[in-house]
Formats: sequence, C-alpha cells, structure tokens
Amino acid sequence: MTVEKIFKEKEIREIQEIHRHFPVKSAACIEALKVIQKHHRWVSDEAVRELAEILEMSPEAIDSVATYYSLIFRRPVGRHVILICDSVSCWIMGYEKIVDYLKNKLAIGYGETTPEDRFTLLSIPCLGTCDRAPAMIIDEDLHQDLTTEKLDKILEKYE
Amino acid sequence: MEKPLTEHIRNDHTWLTLKEYEKTGGYQALRKAVKLPPEEVTKRVKDSGLKGRGGAGFSTGMKWGMVPMGKDVPTPKYFIANADEMEPGSFKDRLLLEGNPHQLIEGMIIGAYAIQARFSFVFLRWAYHAAAKAITGAIREAYEAGYLGENVGGSDFQLDMSLHISQGRYMCGEETALLNALEGKRANPRAKPPFPVVSGLFGKPTIVNNVETLSNVPHIIAKGADWFMKLSKTDEGGTKLYGASGRVKKPGLWELPLGISLREILEEHAGGMQDGYELKGVLPGGGSTDFLTTEHLDVAMDYTSVAKSGSRLGTGTVIVLDDKTCPVGMVSNLEHFFAQESCGWCTPCREGLPWTAKILDALEAGNGKMEDLEVLTFQTHYMAPGNTFCALAPGAMEPLQSALKYFREDFERHIHEHKCPWK
Amino acid sequence: MSLEIIMAKVFIDNKAYEVDGSKNVLETCLSLGLNLPYFCWHPALRSVGACRQCAILKYKDEGDKKGRLTIACLESVTDNMRISIEAPEAHQFRAGNIEALMTNHPHDCPVCDEGGECHLQDMTLMTGHNYRRYSFKKRTHTNQYLGPFINHEMNRCIQCYRCVRFYKDYAGGKDLDVFASHDDVYFGRHQEGVLENEFSGNLVEVCPTGVFTDKTLKKHFTRKWDLTDAPSICHQCALGCNIIVSERYGSIRRILSRFNGDVNGYFLCDRGRFGYEYINSGKRIQTPSKKQNGTFLPISRDKAVQEIREITRGDKKLMGIGSPKASLESNFLLRQLVGAANFYAGIPAAEGRLIQQVIAILKDGKIKTPSLNAVKEYDAVFILGEDVTNTAPMLALALRQAAKNKPGESARAMKIPDWNDAAVREIVQESTGPFYVATAHATKLDEIATQTYRTHPDNIALLGFAVAFKINNQLPEVKGDEQTEMLATTIAEAMLTAKKPLIIAGTSLYSEAILQSAANLALALKDMGKDTGLVYVVPEANSIGLSLIADQFLDRAFEKAEHGAAETVVILENDLYQRMDKNSTDVFFQDHKNVIVLDYLHNSTTQKATLILPVGTFAEADGTIINNEGRAQRFYQVHIPANEISSSWKWLQRILADNSDLPAKHLDEIIDSLIEVFPELQAIRSIAPSADFREGTQKIPREPHRYSGRTAMHADRNVSESKPPGDPDSAMSFTMEGYAGLPPSAITPFYWSPGWNSVQAINKYQIEVGGPLHGGNPGKRLFEPLENSKDDYFKSIPSPFSPKNGECLVLPLYHIFGSEELSAQSPGIKERVPEPYICLNNTDALNAGITEGNILEIFFNGEKHQLPVRLNAGLPNGVAGLPKGLQGTAGIQFPLWITLDRVNNG
Repeated sequence: MTVEKIFKEKEIREIQEIHRHFPVKSAACIEALKVIQKHHRWVSDEAVRELAEILEMSPEAIDSVATYYSLIFRRPVGRHVILICDSVSCWIMGYEKIVDYLKNKLAIGYGETTPEDRFTLLSIPCLGTCDRAPAMIIDEDLHQDLTTEKLDKILEKYE
Repeated sequence: MEKPLTEHIRNDHTWLTLKEYEKTGGYQALRKAVKLPPEEVTKRVKDSGLKGRGGAGFSTGMKWGMVPMGKDVPTPKYFIANADEMEPGSFKDRLLLEGNPHQLIEGMIIGAYAIQARFSFVFLRWAYHAAAKAITGAIREAYEAGYLGENVGGSDFQLDMSLHISQGRYMCGEETALLNALEGKRANPRAKPPFPVVSGLFGKPTIVNNVETLSNVPHIIAKGADWFMKLSKTDEGGTKLYGASGRVKKPGLWELPLGISLREILEEHAGGMQDGYELKGVLPGGGSTDFLTTEHLDVAMDYTSVAKSGSRLGTGTVIVLDDKTCPVGMVSNLEHFFAQESCGWCTPCREGLPWTAKILDALEAGNGKMEDLEVLTFQTHYMAPGNTFCALAPGAMEPLQSALKYFREDFERHIHEHKCPWK
Repeated sequence: MSLEIIMAKVFIDNKAYEVDGSKNVLETCLSLGLNLPYFCWHPALRSVGACRQCAILKYKDEGDKKGRLTIACLESVTDNMRISIEAPEAHQFRAGNIEALMTNHPHDCPVCDEGGECHLQDMTLMTGHNYRRYSFKKRTHTNQYLGPFINHEMNRCIQCYRCVRFYKDYAGGKDLDVFASHDDVYFGRHQEGVLENEFSGNLVEVCPTGVFTDKTLKKHFTRKWDLTDAPSICHQCALGCNIIVSERYGSIRRILSRFNGDVNGYFLCDRGRFGYEYINSGKRIQTPSKKQNGTFLPISRDKAVQEIREITRGDKKLMGIGSPKASLESNFLLRQLVGAANFYAGIPAAEGRLIQQVIAILKDGKIKTPSLNAVKEYDAVFILGEDVTNTAPMLALALRQAAKNKPGESARAMKIPDWNDAAVREIVQESTGPFYVATAHATKLDEIATQTYRTHPDNIALLGFAVAFKINNQLPEVKGDEQTEMLATTIAEAMLTAKKPLIIAGTSLYSEAILQSAANLALALKDMGKDTGLVYVVPEANSIGLSLIADQFLDRAFEKAEHGAAETVVILENDLYQRMDKNSTDVFFQDHKNVIVLDYLHNSTTQKATLILPVGTFAEADGTIINNEGRAQRFYQVHIPANEISSSWKWLQRILADNSDLPAKHLDEIIDSLIEVFPELQAIRSIAPSADFREGTQKIPREPHRYSGRTAMHADRNVSESKPPGDPDSAMSFTMEGYAGLPPSAITPFYWSPGWNSVQAINKYQIEVGGPLHGGNPGKRLFEPLENSKDDYFKSIPSPFSPKNGECLVLPLYHIFGSEELSAQSPGIKERVPEPYICLNNTDALNAGITEGNILEIFFNGEKHQLPVRLNAGLPNGVAGLPKGLQGTAGIQFPLWITLDRVNNG
C-alpha cells in the first residue's frame, strides 16, 4: 500500500492549512495519521514510513506519536470497530454483561477481529454519557442504555 | 431559577444555529466586549468569581490576568477550549458542546480578546462525534457572520478558530499535555513553572479553559459580575452543571445554583436510589475525587465546602456507589483506568498504578493478604500530590485512599473470606 | 554565556552552605559532595523531573518542622532556603521510588554487562531498598538489532528517558525514539537496524542500566572491577578527546569517555569509542623481524637494535619519516636519530603546508582558537569547507549545542533557568541561531543550518573573503555574483550582531585559500571588537605536534631519495602508500637499501621493509600529542604487552643509547631533551605529573582495589605470582595497590567513589558537577592569542572556480567510518565502511549520460579503477567526490581531474 495514492495533493494541503500558522511541519502529524486511518482503517508500518517522507520526519518520530494515541490503530481492524466503555459508571451499571454477550456472539475477545473483517472489539474509557450507561460506540454511532436484548438488532445495522 | 447555560438547549441536543442563538441574545456580549479595553474584560470575569469548571477550580479571571499584555510580548498568543472530557463519570461538557456550541464559541472569542490571542482551538475528544459536527458548523457560521476572522464583531481584533479532534488518551485533558498534543507530540505533561500563560503552545502565552467555564463568559459580560455572583448559593458565583450516574432512579444532568447540597442533587433531581438499593457513598466530582458517605449528604457542593469535607468538587458529576456494588471492585475499575491512561513519564504513576490495580485484582479474586493493604496505603502516600509530575496519579489515589478510610471493612472481608463478598 | 554568579545561603539538614544561586538543588547537593540519588538528570542533559528519584524535603522557614516533598532537580536554589536530604520521609520516598522501578526490573545483574558499574545498582543501595513486595508478573519487551556497536536489552529499562533525550535532543539523531505509553513504553527504532547517529555509543554511558551496552565489550566481556585502565587520548582524529582504555589478559576490552571539561566533556564519537579493536587484531606485528630471501623472519630485540645501530651510526645517509599518528616523543627521537636535516613529516607537502599555515595563524595571531567545549558558548557559526561530522565528529556535537544559544536567549529573558531543559526546549522549539555552512557537498549539519552554500573550495574561500570585506572595507574588495553578495551580507550581519561569532575551517579540501579567508574573516571581526573564535580542523591526532618539529614533507623526501640522498630510511608508524601515489612510493622504496619500519599492523609499507620493529598503539605506549587547538595532552599505556611491543620512542631510545647496559631513559628525560631543542614546547613538561610524583609514598593504581585473579592469572605458565611490572614512565602503577583517593586529573585511570561504581562517579572528581576537574582539566594550550601580534590580513584572493568541459575536479569525501585508516580495520567499524564509489552531481551525470549505479573508469595512482557511481545533488557543477582513506582509494593526491567515460551499464 502506498500512502502516496491516498494522500492526494488536496489532502496534504488541507493538513498543512490547518497548521499553517504553526511553526513546525511536524505539528501536522496527528492530523495526517487520521487521514491515513480514514482511508485505510489502520496505519501500517509502510504507511508510517511513507508519511515520514512526506512530513520530512523520521519514521521513529511518526511512530512515537502514532503508538501513543489509543485511537490510532497500528494493527488491522475490521470494517466496524466496536468501542465499549469499561469505565466506572458503565461498570456499575453492568457493562460486563454487554461485553460478555458480544464476545460470545462474535466469538472474539478484546483486540480481535471477526472472520471476514466485520467487527473488531475494543474497550474505550468513559464515553461521557454516564447517565445512560452502559454505552458503546460503533464506527461513529453512539449506542446508549444498552441491554443484552438490544445488541443483536444494533449489530445487524453494520455489514 | 435561572439556567443561563442550558435553558435554550433542546431535549434532543440538536445544536442551536447562529440565528437561533442570536435570538436568545447571543453574540451581544461579544459586541460589547470588543468595545472595552481587553483588561476590563478580564477584570469583569475576575470580579464575577468564576472558577474553572474543569476540576481545578482556579479563578478564571485571575488566570487570564497572568497573560503578558502589551507590545513587547511573545506572539502569537493562543486561546484554547479544553473539550477533552474524559474524566470517568463526567458527561457535562458534552451537553454544552452538542447543544449550544455558539455559547462556547462566543465565550472563547471574548476570552481570546481579553488576552489578545490570535489563534484559538477547540480541543475535542474523538468520541464526541455529534459535538464535532456541531462545532464545525458553528465555527463556519461564526466566520460567515464576521465573529471570527479579521475585524471580529466590527473591531480591529483578528481571531482564527479551528477544531482539533484528539485521538484518545485521558492525559490530553491535562492542560499542558493538551498543548503537547496540539503540537503534534506525545501528550506528556510539562513541568510548571513555566506556566502556560507564560510558555504555552509552541512556547507562547496560552490560556486553556474548560468548556463549561467558557460557556459562562458571554453571560457574565452581558449581565455583569453581580448577577453572576447572585446565581449561586455561596460566594463562588454562578450556576453549575451537576450530574449523577449509578443506581439512582433518574441519572442525568441539571444546571443548578453552585453550592446546592449533595442531598438535593441525589434525592430531588436524581430521584433517590433505585428500589432495592441503598446509598453507600459517592465520588462527588468524577473518578478522581475522594469518596463522601451518607454523613456528607448535607455538604454544599461548592469548591470550598467539598474540600473542607475531605474531597473535591471536581467536575461536579456525582458517581453513586450503592450497597449492592463492591467498593473494591469499583476502585479496581478506576485504578485500571488510571494505570492504562498513565502517559509513562514519571515513575510513581507509571509503576505504582499498575501495581495498585494488580493488588486490587488479587483482592477481588480472593487472593489478597493483609500486607496488601499496607502496600495500598503506601501507594496513596507514594503518589500524593506533588510527588508526581502531574495530577493524574494523585487523582487516582483519591478514591483509593478514601475507600481505605471509609470501607476498610469491605477490603478486609475480601481477604478473610478469600472472595469478593459481592459476587 | 557568562552570567554573574549570585551567591545564596542554603541550609541542608541544618548545615549552612554558600552556593551558586543560579543552580538547581540537585546539582548543588552533588557539587557539595552530598549523596542524593537521581536517574533522569544528567549534567549535560540537565533537568526534566521525570524519575522523581531526587526527592528531598523543603521547609517554608525555620519554624516549619514538617516540610514538603519536592523534586530537587527542578527546584531552584533560593537564598536562605532550608531543605533536607536525610529526613525519614524523603528517605522513604526515595526507597519507595526504587521499589516501584524494581517491580518490572529483571534483577539479572549476574548476567548483565552493566553489573559492577551500574547506576541503578548504586542508587538502589544508596536508598536502602532491599525487599521485594511486588508479587505479580513483570512486563517484558523484545529486543532489537541496533548495529555492531550497541546491544539492546529492554527488560532492564527504568524509563528514565535519558537515551532519547541524548540521542534526539543533544545529538540530533532521528532514528531512536520512545513508543507506546504507560508501563509499556519502549525505546528503540521503528525497525531494527544500525543506529545512524555518529554519537550512538554514548548511550552505553548515558543509560543508567544495562539496556544499551557496548557490543564490542560483550565479545570479550570483563567486569569493571577486573579491568586495568589508563588515561589516554583518542588518536582517531585531531580533536584529542580524552578516553579511558581498559585491558585484561593482554587485550583491549573497551574505550570509555574520560571527562575533560575543556575538550570532549562527557562524550565521545563512535569512531573513537568503537574503533579500537584493530589493537587486538591477529595481524599485529609482535616481534622484530628481518627480511631474508623475501620472507620475514623473527629476530631478537637485542639483535634488531644492534643491527639498526650499525646501519645508522657513523657517517651514513639516513632519512627519517615521522608520523602525525605518533607521539611527539617518538617523532623527536627519530629526528635525533637521523638528524634534523634528514627528518621529514610523513605527509604530502600539500597537506603539510596547510598545517603550517594553521599553526602560524593560531600561534602568532590575534585570534582565539577556543577549546572544543568552549565552542558551545558561541552564538553564530560560519563553517567554511569542512564536513565536520566526518572530519571532527565531536566538533559537530559541540556545534549542535552552540546552535541553540541564540534561541535560548528567549528562555533566559523569561527567567527560565538554563538547567530546566524541557522548558528551554519548549521555548526554543526547532529554531537555531545563525548557522551558515559553505561546503562542497551536502553535509549532515545542513539540517541545522540557516543557509547552506555548496560550491568549489575556491568559491568557498571567496565567500569568506567577501564576508570579511563587508565587515572591514579596508580589505581588498571582493565581490561575487548577486547570490553570493546577498549571502555575504547576511552572514556579515549575523556575525556582527552575534555576541560570540565562530569561524570553522580546516585542511580537508586542500585549500590554502579557505584557511586564509577564515583567518581574514576572524581578524576582521576581532578588529570590530567582537569576541571571535576560529577553529581549524586538521587531519590527524598529532598533525599539529609533528608540524611543530618538522619543516619538510614527503614530496621533498621522495625527491631527495630519487637523487640518491639516502641509503637507509626509517619510517615511523606510517603507511606511505596511504599518503602518496603508488608509483612514486614504489620508487621511493626501491631507492633505499635499508627500509626500517616501526609499526603496529602489517600494511603495504611493512611489505617493503627490510627490518620491522613492533611498536605500541596508543594503548601500549606513553606519549604526548597536540590537538587542533594546540592543546598538548598526555596518553599512557594501559598494559605492558607480553611480547616485544613497546612505545616507538622506547625502541628509538634503545637504538640511540650508546650502551645497552646503561639504564634506559624514561619519558620525562625524553621530554626534557625535547624541550631543550624546542623550548616553545616547554608546557609539555607540566601537562601531567612527572614519573616520580607520589601521593605521600604511593603511586596511582591503574587497577581498582577489587581487581581479581592476579595470583591465578599466569598460573598456567608459572604457579608463582610474578612481581607486577614497574612503570618508570609515569606516576601510575600496573597494580591495584596505591593511592585510594582522587588522583591528579591528568593521571586519573578510572572513576570510582564509595557508593558510586558507575560513570556517574565523575561527579566526585569535579569541583562542581559539570564543571572542571579538581586540579584542572588536563592538557595545556600552546596557542593563545597575541594581542600585539604583527600578523596582518592575507592579501591573496583566488579566482572563481571555472568548471572544465567534459572534466570533473575530484574532491575528497570524508567518512567517519572509513576515512581513518586504523579504526577502519576494527570489525564493527569495518561493517559500516562504504565500498569505494565515485560521486557526481545530478547535472554533470545527466550531461554525460550517466545514472546512479553505472560503473565509471577513473585513472588515479597510475592505474585505472572502476567505481560505481553515486549521485549527490549537493555537489556543485564540475565537481566530483571520491571517498578519502578507503583501502581502495589510498594514496590519491587530491584534488585531481577526471573525465567522465561510462564503462558499462551498472
């Protein structure tokens, strides 16, 4: 995979535009990683190296940032990423039942992906919707007030 | 009861457009502010007694007043809204971000004007997708209406604003770590001094304020410091967004006078405990505050009073511990969170928190020993405020040290019974 | 930048001290000799406050009995402050901090290379933590291959972040970083591979545990306490960095940095640190030998000396070729042996004249040549022609710090103390002060340059003259094209507004014009009242020393030999085939009946010898060399080899002695003789204590008191323990018995202090941490600016370079690994030496229809050579580059002209 193909001129310029008033090019690297992830779902070693060339940084400098942030995926993820909140209010309200159900139904654990790359299951800290716990995000959709009964229907929406 | 922050927010949280916001009186404060000397704007905010709603509770006006002003200061200056709400149990900023982004933006522009900043950012957490759409739309509208860009509100003041969406990590909510994230680096915090007001984003004077704090600013400028002071039950000024989560009948978020009692929040607004559950304790301000118990129900929920009773107001979102939920399990969940979110820079946090989490796991699994309680106590002293590089680890110790104080019996039961009594 | 020292009174554990008020509490305590543990702080890297190990208690006032825990490295000294190191709460915290670090540490000291000189071990003991309460799993990591020099063992990491701070922030490296977060942080590369930075070796000293260790040491591992050490000087370039050489069982085990606050500070470059293994080579010449019937047969020492005496005594036609690699003493005795008129510096005249020029400018001129460490204080830099990263690597490291000076002023203006490293870097960001690089090709320092200018050496000199003219319009007018004019104006302005401007030039490009333009520019600035510095890079460790006692060069020797001037030539530590072209050198040897060679390794010259004497490298010899700033420094041998190897001057001294039965002359006597003939070198006598110096009655031991195995070491040969050899040439002994306190700085063989077994023990040897050593930094400068110097500006201005059609002028390209003859033969370095190539710029290549990888046929050394083409856009038109000093490019006389004829397609 070459990043060149998805990093169209337009996108590179867009990234630089956001940071045009920043004194250093390297300030754009998180934005750039997001662009890669938007098109490829995850950031590979190869992508890190190609991005390094574009931003005139070393691959180490890029990866130092990429591996720090939990929502930059440095391993492949499925078409739909399930991020289930495992923080304290969701824990009090029984998120563990939700996660066990998902693990059983999808036959995967945390960090794993279903065959045919449909779902990846990950945990995420407090989603900020504690009055409607338990909660999870799939792709960019927030699902609140979860019960095990609701889960099948929710998952169906994601091909 | 006045609810300036939330009165216009719709039930479904769809955001108020510029036109809708202006109908409620929006952007009048901005037009007023840019006609005043910047220092006067700061003074009014200071006089209002507005304290930082992100958890620290520092006087907002005083913080703005520390930014160097005048001709010979380093530029460009930056003004940043911290919308990285990730404190476990906190969900108050979400409402303001989704429901009334213009209120925040107006507050930011006024603040930026007060410190004569040139660039401003909303630093938003990734998970708040609806808020991202709302803020993006609102910023565009503000540019079109001339509230951003050159000649803000018809004045000489120039301000650009953009949205930066974070890619995870609770640490980004700490203001200096946030600055590092904006600089495209790892979000490790910085040692203070120097403070961000002196050396902030790219080493330039910077203000970072919480979303709720800034949302108050247009109202303070529009209606004055006295009005703001009178809204609260104490001498600290304003209303506060209070929340409750856990096994209460009506978990939710309410804008109430600052200083209302804990009891009123839990019993009147949250409807009391669910049937079959008794109240055991609360974390009054999010996951990194000390437990309060049933003996503290009449404490006024303001910064000073909560501090006096041995905890912190923090974000003001209350997490309720019921009697059917294991306190050790709850603290364990929190310590795992903090251990995982440690940035890895300083020794006590990086090494002490995972150790703490592992001990709590052992206790929960019935493998705990009495010596483990000594080690846990040691951790609370080891990671006391000032001993670590930032406040993450001391915050993590707050629920633990208070749980050891109030629920020690429950810890000991795990050890003597060789299992979690709640399972 | 010198600031007024504000004194402050501080109370530490109720005792009052007068201290420097600009420092932080940690460095203050350490400077007072108090034992306060630390990890992430480093005297060169300063404070970041990450590890929390240096916690102390701070009290509000006399009445405050409780105090508050604070981190000493981030705590400014204030007048009347009261702190405590010994308070129980502080002790407990520090012990607890170690306990926390130990939760993930593998406790593998017995198999860890760092054990015995490990900062973590020392600090653990210092805090008293000794009982493990942690009962859970430890986090583990996988290790990476990092190249031939550095070993990686990540499980031992205590996450002090020193490695990346040194590698990235201090040394400008790009390919080592920190990954992941929380207790999973990892220090390494994006992908396994050789660490690219030229100073990577310092990781082994900067890392307080065994994560980064010396891979060359690992091949012949020895514990620190079992090593014999000696204070020495690196011989791998002209900067004269101070080193410690360590030996056991007759082989050199490793090189460590020796602190010299005026020269290299705490660090070394990789060539100096890892280039020593040639000393252990199986190809070492170990016995004297004589050529008989085409083969070399060993002969005894006495026989060899006798024969040489016969050959050289009486009215014989002799010639002596000295060496810029050999000590002053060795070169001097050769000169005594053959006579001043017959003594030649063993370098080509083209090089020799340049060095003489450098000496004249520095010795007799007004301009100050700063010591290496002082380079860091300059705030504007202009480099003329030198690829410093490859010709004088540690100078490049110092320049990287200098580049941060001007931007650092913003931090100072905000009252941020210099020692608050992270805060200063936040203000400074990526900016650098004025830094101009005019070279013949792209260089690594370009990445911190304000502007670069790539052109032919004559044009570089012209630029220098043009800037000088802009500063002093009394000078001959020099005007270039528009681009040059603009650049000259910019540079002139930058130099004039700087507090301390620095000019760097050298002999690499064989251009006298460059040397002179640098001198003119420096003089012009000095005449304008600027505190100016001028640094010249010269080729080898003792280039300056040799040129101070020899005034004729190889060209003259070759010429004279052709006319039958000599029958016998004595060659000292010099492979002439590296110096002059092959054909002339062949002829030179044919012209002599007797070729007496003193050398350490077999080479093309030894093949031509009739008699060979085995001599010591710097590890097996004592002597004095003079570095590029004119600093005379002493190096001492670490052991006496079991064979016939000894210092060259010892051999020559035996040959010169009238009678073998008389007691041999020792180093001090040789130096006395040297000074008699060259009184301007008398400072050499005082650069180290003489051999009869004693601390009381004791010598300084080369071995630490725990040195083991002495009684058993030779038991396979003789059960009786033999008497340890004496050392008449120095005040040190080859034993562990002797003075246990701080030795004089010039004869400090190793660093150790009770409780401080690692290199951090250097703190105890300094007057204040990071500052000069007790007794002063070793070495004495011979060149100081003469205020009433008669020296004037140089008048000769070169013409601009004109490329020749169809031809390229070939300049030397320098490689840190490869261009220095001896280190290139060490296995680890050898891996990184490039294969010979010819470098062209894109346009010339395009015009000649040549692409990267094509094979080009070039004529040099009287022969045709086929070399693959590399392209470098940085080379100017009409200029090509050949790597200097590789085996395949030995003896090339630069510059030379070639035509571009492609031979075949890649």
